[in-house]
Amino acid sequence: MRWGELIRRLVLVPPTLFGVAVIVFVLLRIVPGDPIAMMIPPGASEADIGRLRALYGLDQPILQQFATWLGQVASGDFGRSISVRQNVLELLLARLPATIELALVATIIAVLLGVVAALVGILLRGRRAEWVVDGGIGVLLAIPDFLWALILLLLFGVLIPLLPISGRVDPEIDLNLHSNFFLIESILTGHFDIAFALLHHMILPALALALPFAALVARLLKASLAESEDQDYAQVARARGYSRPSILLHEVFPNALIPTVALGGVQVTLLLGGTVLVERIFSYEGIGNMAIDAVINRDFPLIQGLVLAFAVMFIALNLLVDLVVTMLDPRLRHG
Amino acid sequence: MTATLTIEGLKVAIGAANVLRGVSLEVQPGEVRGLVGESGAGKSMLGRAVLGLLPANASVTAGRIAFEGRDLLAMQEAERRNLLGRRIALIPQDPMTSLNPVKRIGGQIGNLLRHHLGLSKRAALMRATDLLNEVAIREPKRVLSLYPHEISGGMRQRVLIAMAFACDPALVIADEPTTALDVTVQRQVLQLVERLRLRHGSAVLFVTHDLGVVAKICRSMTVLHAGRVLEEGETANVLVRPRHAYTRALLAATPRADRPAEALRPVPPDLTDQLWSEAHRLDQVPAAGAA
Ligand SMILES: Nc1ncnc2c1ncn2[C@@H]1O[C@H](COP(=O)(O)OP(=O)(O)OP(=O)(O)O)[C@@H](O)[C@H]1O
Ligand SMILES: [Mg+2]
Repeated sequence: MRWGELIRRLVLVPPTLFGVAVIVFVLLRIVPGDPIAMMIPPGASEADIGRLRALYGLDQPILQQFATWLGQVASGDFGRSISVRQNVLELLLARLPATIELALVATIIAVLLGVVAALVGILLRGRRAEWVVDGGIGVLLAIPDFLWALILLLLFGVLIPLLPISGRVDPEIDLNLHSNFFLIESILTGHFDIAFALLHHMILPALALALPFAALVARLLKASLAESEDQDYAQVARARGYSRPSILLHEVFPNALIPTVALGGVQVTLLLGGTVLVERIFSYEGIGNMAIDAVINRDFPLIQGLVLAFAVMFIALNLLVDLVVTMLDPRLRHG
Repeated sequence: MTATLTIEGLKVAIGAANVLRGVSLEVQPGEVRGLVGESGAGKSMLGRAVLGLLPANASVTAGRIAFEGRDLLAMQEAERRNLLGRRIALIPQDPMTSLNPVKRIGGQIGNLLRHHLGLSKRAALMRATDLLNEVAIREPKRVLSLYPHEISGGMRQRVLIAMAFACDPALVIADEPTTALDVTVQRQVLQLVERLRLRHGSAVLFVTHDLGVVAKICRSMTVLHAGRVLEEGETANVLVRPRHAYTRALLAATPRADRPAEALRPVPPDLTDQLWSEAHRLDQVPAAGAA
């Protein structure tokens, strides 16, 4: 991706977000159920309900509501959550780092596991043991992340209670950190005890998110490795007397990485989507967990903010993937 | 004097199909031997067998391959790898796909020199510059810093030729090194191979289906068909007095400067059909004997 392309992509970001906002805004108001219905006590009078609706501006036509909201968003005000009664932006900024850190740890685990599995699999290529690797990858791929979450919860939380199964960190730990990126900040500032406590809590949800993604990485990478190994340059490398492991690592792997990152990188969005259920299962205080509450309570402003937050992450991720692919593939750099 | 390459009764099968049916062939030190035959004759398989690059589903079922008297098939893997790229080198057919697309030319040549000659990074770089000079690449320093897609096909083939001769090999296997190139570049590449093999004193097994090329650069030649050697000998003798009907047909199908193009006759399909069924009949003989 060259500069022109990058700028073109950046220019497209605002219209994309606008489109997402329109769709969410309209959908929320078309489907039955609204926040007022969720908050009124039984036996409230029609007049009370009307007054509440007016208070939140829900009595206005949709177009009018949208214009008002858009104006606020443009000035950095995402409104107030109806169910939590807090500023939406503040809520997001408090919870988003937890989700980003969880997704990051999960991605790192997945990439490590996936790369090792793919390399082992390709080394065993053509032998019977290759089936074991392929089979294992298939099993991991067939079980979705929320099921892994339940399995891990039962295994290591209940049956053999080795690891904490709820929350981001023990309440009694004094964090005393400046940002909400607890893990990253504690590592950067050398508070490894805190980092360890955080990871302790993160490991099960991260693993649940990581396992299917690791399988995906392994399958993509192994297929790309196999394809690259059959290319002429790999054959010619064999004719130069390099050993097979050396060829796989130095000649084949850098080539196989390109399609793997291009196809697999975008799939991190799936992992991000997976945080919704997995965070819920482990009572992890990220935006995924918060999204479920927001939907249950029909908390329109919060849902709108959350969807935009996810959209921004997805767009950023896609850009990042394209940048990395460009770095890996010289043919894209020079066109 | 020991031959550089000795192949005796080599049989290679892919699955149930025989690809080489008892091929024998010798390449003497410094000799250029042409290996000719139609597509599917088994020329590439022969080269790959020598380099130990047979496809996974192929196997050597009989015969011997010796390099400077040492049995390549019986050799330890590490010992064989030590010969490959250093004493036995390959000039591949397709320069467009034979260089690693994500590595710089300099890195690819440098790796080879460091691997086989144990040169330091700096010494390898200097030697790589010399090598590119040797194959008449201008601005070698700049080319070393480029990726394969940034240079032409002819340049890439020069780079591959430079790499083949980089460690002064005793034997170079050139598998149709010019077929992927256009005609003017073909001639330059042929001259280059000729010059380098003289300078480095290498023997060459030159795979081609072009008798014109054989006549130009090969001292001896072997005619392969359906995995069998039909005829072999000094190029001059074979081309002037071909003994096998197939060689005569090949000659009649080859364009020559002293002959009008109308005189060209393709190899008659009857003849190739007959040769193929002969080969298949030969396959049955041992089975029939065993039964
Ligand atoms: N990977 C493979 N799997 C199965 N059969 C193969 C494979 N590669 C080649 N063959 C068969 O082996 C025989 C010999 O092929 P080879 O590539 O040696 O021919 P060639 O003489 O080099 O032909 P060409 O002039 O087209 O390069 C052919 O009949 C071909 O169909
Ligand atoms: Mg061939």
